[in-house]
Amino acid sequence: MKLHAWFAAALLAVATAAQAQAPIRIGAFLSVTGPAAFLGDPEQKTLELYVERLNAAGGVLGRKLELVAYDSGGDAEKARTFAKRLIEQDRVDVIVGGSTTGETMAVVPLAEAAGMPFISLAGAVVIVEPVKKWVFKTPHTDRMACDKVFVDMKARGVAKAALISGSGGFDKSMRGQCLAVAKNHGIDIVADETYGAGDTDMTAQLTKIKNAAGVQAVLNAGFGQGPAIVTKNYKQLGIGVPLYQSHGVASKQYIQLAGDAAEGVRLPAAALLVAETLPDSDPQKTVVLEYKRAYEARFKQDVSTFGGHAYDGLMLAVEAMKRAGSTDKAKVRDALEQIRGYMGTAGVVNMSAQDHMGLDLTAFRMLEVRKGDWALVK
Amino acid sequence: MSASLAQYLLSGLTVGAIYALVALGFCIIYNASHVINFAQGEFVMIGGMATASLLGAGLPLAFAALGAVALAALVGMALARFAVQPARGASVVTLIIITIGAAILLRGLASIVWDKRIHALPAFSGDQPINVAGATLAPQSLWVIGVTALAVAALWGFFNRTLTGKAILAVSHNRLAAQLVGISVQRVLLVSFALSAALGALAGILIGPITFTSWDVGLLLGLKGFAAAILGGMGSGPGAVVGGLTLGLLESLGAGYVSSAYKDAIAFIVMLAVLMLMPGGLLGGRATERV
Repeated sequence: MKLHAWFAAALLAVATAAQAQAPIRIGAFLSVTGPAAFLGDPEQKTLELYVERLNAAGGVLGRKLELVAYDSGGDAEKARTFAKRLIEQDRVDVIVGGSTTGETMAVVPLAEAAGMPFISLAGAVVIVEPVKKWVFKTPHTDRMACDKVFVDMKARGVAKAALISGSGGFDKSMRGQCLAVAKNHGIDIVADETYGAGDTDMTAQLTKIKNAAGVQAVLNAGFGQGPAIVTKNYKQLGIGVPLYQSHGVASKQYIQLAGDAAEGVRLPAAALLVAETLPDSDPQKTVVLEYKRAYEARFKQDVSTFGGHAYDGLMLAVEAMKRAGSTDKAKVRDALEQIRGYMGTAGVVNMSAQDHMGLDLTAFRMLEVRKGDWALVK
Repeated sequence: MSASLAQYLLSGLTVGAIYALVALGFCIIYNASHVINFAQGEFVMIGGMATASLLGAGLPLAFAALGAVALAALVGMALARFAVQPARGASVVTLIIITIGAAILLRGLASIVWDKRIHALPAFSGDQPINVAGATLAPQSLWVIGVTALAVAALWGFFNRTLTGKAILAVSHNRLAAQLVGISVQRVLLVSFALSAALGALAGILIGPITFTSWDVGLLLGLKGFAAAILGGMGSGPGAVVGGLTLGLLESLGAGYVSSAYKDAIAFIVMLAVLMLMPGGLLGGRATERV
């Protein structure tokens, strides 16, 4: 009997020691393939790169990090299945993922029920509004993009603007937010057109906008190839008023696709895109430049803001674990909520009990395409 | 207002010409094998993506385009030889499902062989818009409409003036009789798959500068082309052209005059109405009209 007890105690001690050495498991579900692959692909690469780099630097809390990532293919149903697996089988310590709003919202109830700190990489404002106890997010919201654009329009004396948007989730959400906040800025939306996901030509919609009375600027909410086609058609029709794009096209690829037609187009985006041209006094410069160089050196690919969201997500999780001094889920969640003044690729993060994103309008820079490159609008 | 109308018509014709090319591809394979080839859209994708990657390798546009068309034709023949022919005893439904599988495989391969990014092809003759009756037209649209017209004329010549073309027609009318007079049905299948793959690739190259290309561009274009083929009458060459142009014009006029949100719905409602009144499609239903 006594021998048995000793044996059990020894086993327990060994098990506890093993526990201390066990890696911290970071769970992720991302749209690495499928229609949102341009989001998930850089996100996955970023997570892999930085888990490696953190481990090379000695890990976190003396433990190595281990990435458990699944490809949800942009499918909310799959995202839910994988999130369940991450929580129940893989027993991860935190989830960083959800490339699209649809996937994220499908997983929110699971994270809430399981008490799993969940940092989403998707854009829409519904993720953090109303605030959900366990859910955080890193990218700017579409409402902030609308605000930023309207502020810039106002500064240029625009009172009447037109809206053209795609039919995807991102597009629809941003369209709704823009329509809702336009009044706050004293801007009248006089035309509101849409196009389909696989559309090859938007001249009909743009002709309507061109003929709408008094349009002084046009805003295109969308991502992927749609906005590039809109930009080309816009130039072809010779519409003279300024064109604004959303942060959805904030990658070099947009300029490459739209070519000359993109000259003079403005869009709100994170500082990452103009890392090199930021003034040295800019507090964000070191962070974004370091991420950009690391990413581009490793993958020989232009950096995109989407990968930056994953960087921010991982780093916030790591920061919270360090502050909490453990991987206890409740402690990590509380620490996440208390993060203030953390500098990420998206901007300064000031989390609070009311704000699980922690970014404000200063995080967005207004960029303009000049000579085939991004330039900061002063 | 008439300038707007001109703009809608020009846009509709450009888009419609592309749908027509894709629809023609559906037609040719349908006639040779009664299979609706759901991998047709992937040929469009291969055309665009292969041209983009050959251009990237430093080839001039004309050679890159030729190479892409040849590659698509090879893929088309491989599809016929290794996927459709081995299952030749199976029902048409099985064959159609095989083409759906092939489409998924081709999309997956493209995302691995190339990448998942969107690529733009350079416009063949500049970006300076042309003014027509108060509307503007991209020079590339002229290429699209012109090359489509040429392709249609060449197809007509092929089916009516060459022995191979007539052999394909013969197989489409009566497979057994064609076999009895010594036509190799296998060869006809190969040729028709190569031909429709080449047509699809041509469409992909022509629209590359206007709408860009990516690994998953084939799915939606394939569906639109299929709709155009059904509208015109499945199996009818002239029907495919008429169906494609009609669909393009409906979309653009619908977006212009009714609502851009319901643009696709308008096009499909008209399509359903046409099919209810003329179940064979606009120009279908007459066996002798088959191309």
